[in-house]
Amino acid sequence: MRFERREHRPTALVIATPLIAVAAALGIAGILIALAGAPVLEAYWKILVGAFGSKLSITETLTRATPLILTGLAAAVAFRARLWNIGGEGQFYLGAIATAAVGAHLTAGLPGFVQMPILMASGAVAGMILLLLPLWLRLRFSVDEVVTTLLLNFVAILFVSMLIDTVLKDPMAFGWPQSEAVERAARLPKLVDRSRLHIGLLVAVAFAFIVHFIQSRTTFGMRSRAAGLNPKGAVFAGVPLGRTLVLVAMLSGGLAGLAGSIEVLGVKGYVTTDLSPGYGYSGIVVAMLANLHPIGVVLAALFTAVMFVGADGMSRSLGIPTYIADVTVALSLISMLVAVFFTQYRVRR
Amino acid sequence: MNTIVDILASAGLWAAVLRIATPLILGTLGALLSERSGVLNLGIEGIMTFGAMVGWLAVFNGADLWTGLLVAALGGAVFGALHAVLTVTLGLSQHVSGLGVTLFASSFAYYVFRLMVPVSGSPPTIEPFQPIDIPGLSDLPFIGPAFFTQTAPTYLAIALAILLAYILAKTPLGLAVRMAGENPHAAEAQGVNPMVMRYGAVIVGSALMGVGGAFLTLSAFNSFFPTMVQGRGWICIALVVFASWRPERALFGALLFAFFDGFQLRLQTALDGAVPYQIFLMIPYILSIAALAVMARRARVPQALMQPYRRGER
Repeated sequence: MRFERREHRPTALVIATPLIAVAAALGIAGILIALAGAPVLEAYWKILVGAFGSKLSITETLTRATPLILTGLAAAVAFRARLWNIGGEGQFYLGAIATAAVGAHLTAGLPGFVQMPILMASGAVAGMILLLLPLWLRLRFSVDEVVTTLLLNFVAILFVSMLIDTVLKDPMAFGWPQSEAVERAARLPKLVDRSRLHIGLLVAVAFAFIVHFIQSRTTFGMRSRAAGLNPKGAVFAGVPLGRTLVLVAMLSGGLAGLAGSIEVLGVKGYVTTDLSPGYGYSGIVVAMLANLHPIGVVLAALFTAVMFVGADGMSRSLGIPTYIADVTVALSLISMLVAVFFTQYRVRR
Repeated sequence: MNTIVDILASAGLWAAVLRIATPLILGTLGALLSERSGVLNLGIEGIMTFGAMVGWLAVFNGADLWTGLLVAALGGAVFGALHAVLTVTLGLSQHVSGLGVTLFASSFAYYVFRLMVPVSGSPPTIEPFQPIDIPGLSDLPFIGPAFFTQTAPTYLAIALAILLAYILAKTPLGLAVRMAGENPHAAEAQGVNPMVMRYGAVIVGSALMGVGGAFLTLSAFNSFFPTMVQGRGWICIALVVFASWRPERALFGALLFAFFDGFQLRLQTALDGAVPYQIFLMIPYILSIAALAVMARRARVPQALMQPYRRGER
């Protein structure tokens, strides 16, 4: 048995790939649910009900999807240029804390519509800075960025934890470690009354289209793609690899930082060290599930949010550990990798 | 100044250094073996978590401690086999496949743990490995309590580092593994099957990672809790670069790293809150990044690392 590269890829197959992958992941997760002694079909039904069963659960799913779209885009733009940014989680937290710090100390008192863009921009800049350091290490010392971006996640979260214990600690929080809050006026307006859903969702979706435009219509988009497909060939063809990667890093880190910023402005208003249940890491899965396509990221983020929100409801009613959601999402990543492989190769005996 | 000297002069510090180093030694050896054959295994963090869980679960259900370590090794090997299928047979991106394995292995470990062990106030415990006094040596003043009263897995880890260094450098098998990682096409021409070498190295390496994780639950602590591996896997990946892909240097690197870690723990207690504790917790990660920056250019990377090997395709 050997594999042979396909001459051309049927469009139907490419579109069906993520669906096949998700179906395979749900199938394996079903076995695990069955082993736990629960009815599988009912479990899936409960997941759907948990994610879409009421107005509250729908808004909750969309609220969860918002940061995932942005962290997913962050991973997708970087991976496309073969910049392995695994540091989304740290960039998310740094974006969040920058937003809280600037909001509480610099822009307080300004009108809300002035504060909002400034605060989001400061979050994005903080995320960029955290990714530019590993990129510099790669370009200057040829240090693999996978490990450095990963290790910086731990550093960033500890740094945030230190700040909310000391200089940025909210004096009104009864000793609870949380940061000072941004003003009410600077918070993102709600999309639906009496829910957590905020206009950050629209911002995130807008960015998906902006990124799609950048990648398909600009020189920079073409260069970053070339850098990913074949770095040596790209340099030979006159692509300024270093400069392109710096821009990719600014876009990627900026999007992850923006995710943290929007989560602060839209949901809580302040930062704690449990602000993210791993949005940075889930963003990697989202990006892969979308096959690194920006519009696909929106759908993949929605799927991931459905799994997480729905599994909570399922867990409560059937007594299955909620970790089944993480298992399913991880399995989707693996089956997506395999599925993509079979769109590129066929089996020959 | 006095506090620093006091810390350095306590046998407790040096005993702790060996203890802290043990999972790092095992994990680094596992990652190193795999990379020497040409496969980066970023599944390590998840594989260590799974090893920690499954080894503990075996002992909790009545197996003895050595069986627990064996179960952890087998658990690691299974995930290693998964990574090998994805990266060696299918030739997928080793970065992404490794991350997938990490996410899957760790969430699967949490899932199984929650299924098997009902939630309770205090986590259930087991009777862990006890320190073994090496006759004669453990009676030496200072040296004895510092280096010769460790638990069995610590002695095992050091022995494995020496064994692996020997195998890689001096045996035909080690040469075959290295050829698979340096130039698989040349290896094939010499009658070595690089696919087999890579499968073997990834699976055995992952088994070592599993044992490294199990050290945490079967020797260092006596219970399992999520996030207990706490980034040790990623530090092992950095230590492989620091060690320039050589087992004897990996042993040294892990010990050096554990020294800083043990030292900062005691310094933190001695300073008693004068410096935010988070600063100390950041040190291991910052040290890893610094070590990477210093060593990366000098290190001899296996030439075919991260390059999938397909017969007849270059």
